[in-house]
Amino acid sequence: MSTSGIPKTYKLFIAGKFPRSESGRITEVRSAQGEFLANASRASRKDFRNSVVAARKAAAGWAKASSYLKGQILYRIAEVLDGRSEQFVKELGARGFSQKKAEADVAEAVDLLVHYAGWTDKYQALFSSVNPVASAHFNFSVPQPSGLVGIIAPRSGSLAALVSAIAPALLGGNALVVLAAQDALSAISFAEVLVSSDVPAGVVNLLTAQRAELVPEFVKHMDVNAVLLCSDDVDERKNAEWQSAENLKRLSLHPDRALARSPYHILDFQEIKTTWHPIGV
Amino acid sequence: MKSEVFPFPARRDSPAIDQSGVEERAQRFCARSLKKESKMSALKLAVSMLDVTTLEGADSVGKVHQMCQKARQPLPGDPSVGPAAAVCVYPRMVSTAVKAVEKSKVRVAAVATQFPSGQMRLKERLAEVRYAVGEGADEIDMVISRGQFLQGEYRAIYEEIIACKEACGKAHLKVILETGELMTYDHVRYASDIAMAAGADFIKTSTGKVPIAATLPVTLVMLQAIEDFHERTGRMVGMKPAGGISNAKLALQYLVMLREILGTKWLTPKWFRFGASSLTNDLLMQIRKQESGHYQSGDYFTQD
Repeated sequence: MSTSGIPKTYKLFIAGKFPRSESGRITEVRSAQGEFLANASRASRKDFRNSVVAARKAAAGWAKASSYLKGQILYRIAEVLDGRSEQFVKELGARGFSQKKAEADVAEAVDLLVHYAGWTDKYQALFSSVNPVASAHFNFSVPQPSGLVGIIAPRSGSLAALVSAIAPALLGGNALVVLAAQDALSAISFAEVLVSSDVPAGVVNLLTAQRAELVPEFVKHMDVNAVLLCSDDVDERKNAEWQSAENLKRLSLHPDRALARSPYHILDFQEIKTTWHPIGV
Repeated sequence: MKSEVFPFPARRDSPAIDQSGVEERAQRFCARSLKKESKMSALKLAVSMLDVTTLEGADSVGKVHQMCQKARQPLPGDPSVGPAAAVCVYPRMVSTAVKAVEKSKVRVAAVATQFPSGQMRLKERLAEVRYAVGEGADEIDMVISRGQFLQGEYRAIYEEIIACKEACGKAHLKVILETGELMTYDHVRYASDIAMAAGADFIKTSTGKVPIAATLPVTLVMLQAIEDFHERTGRMVGMKPAGGISNAKLALQYLVMLREILGTKWLTPKWFRFGASSLTNDLLMQIRKQESGHYQSGDYFTQD
């Protein structure tokens, strides 16, 4: 998508950089009218594994970042996205969204980010508890990030749908490897927004690829702690459940559409840690 | 292993090294690809060539125990993997390590001679070697005085290695050149020639304590020195790249290079070692991946 007629190559987003696929493969993306729009990189299994390594490196630092900082960064993503909304409206338009729909979609994405930015220092209080126990212990439970989460985003080209899948897992302190649809040009543009919003390198990695090729890799990889699979395909869901059993991976299945705006989606990728603290007699 | 001392090699007898040529040739070994059974056997060979190393101020008896256990049995439940060739520790930990690897094939190597700097009088450095050997070390990893080498006092290096070899007695001597501090490939080549002439059983790239550790080109230069020395004298010398080899892919590239330069005769733990601490887990993870088809996570392997 360009104004000056220079066709843009949409690359992958791994470890804070924009590499081409190591396989060298690309897919031509065409508009709803069949007109050439851009070449998008088609990620390979190796690209996925590289993303996992990058995300693993970044995971500990992001999990430790203060809620305040996470909130600031999410809010900044919203700000930057808002400032570039024209570009996103155009990209969505080229993929068949009407002007009105595209504008609404980008506005919804911005709004979602602001909404979730507010949750960064509140969900802990909501999901923590002090538990009554029958011994001389102070017993409490707190949510902690799952670690490395694979996100298989909804297939629709909607930016808001992508953000609805990414934001809750991200603010919960997880490092992400995101699989967007092969023709989701706005997904890669969204990565450009992430880069200029102080999201640390490697915390979000974004791949465009063919689903059938990469979904099994997401669920089988032992270093991925949890996966969100947005899918309506019965076989795809069933296979993912089988294949994720090897390392008892948390698999969150969701229909192939945007996630509802809810703090419970933060909880999808939190683990609850319970502490027994002795108290004096 | 029969060790002989050869005359001090003249500087002009060591060939000058073509830097870009060496680097390009080393790069070419990285283009090979090992798959399936050959990859599996190379991974297992690499495990058996490991000098599992811990050289930290924080080393405790417990940590050395754990590491020795891992060297004996790298993948619990799979006897086809390992044991590692040796464990490598500071002299104070030698007796602990010797006890911990008892009745296994794992040898105990100790760094000595004021590792890693070597900045001490020869007398004390030799005393350290004798102490480590007395504690039961099978192999001694010594450092050369890089400062003296860079000052041009080559003969002093030759003599200190001879003295160390003598202090080692029956223990094997590995000579650490610390190539990251020698500046040029020409220096690396000449230091290798001196060390081998002075009776080194192994030459080793680095201590792992300076930013530039083992690289493929530097190892290539040393392997060529070993090849030339073998051709001239008939004596085989071992090679140990150390430091910076942290993943299995890189380790296999070293093996490819070894096979190409020195041939299959050197392709055993007796003549080739990897000095590494984090490489072990990556090799094990790759082996598990080959078996199960699943890429592995560090969460499922012991850290020490």
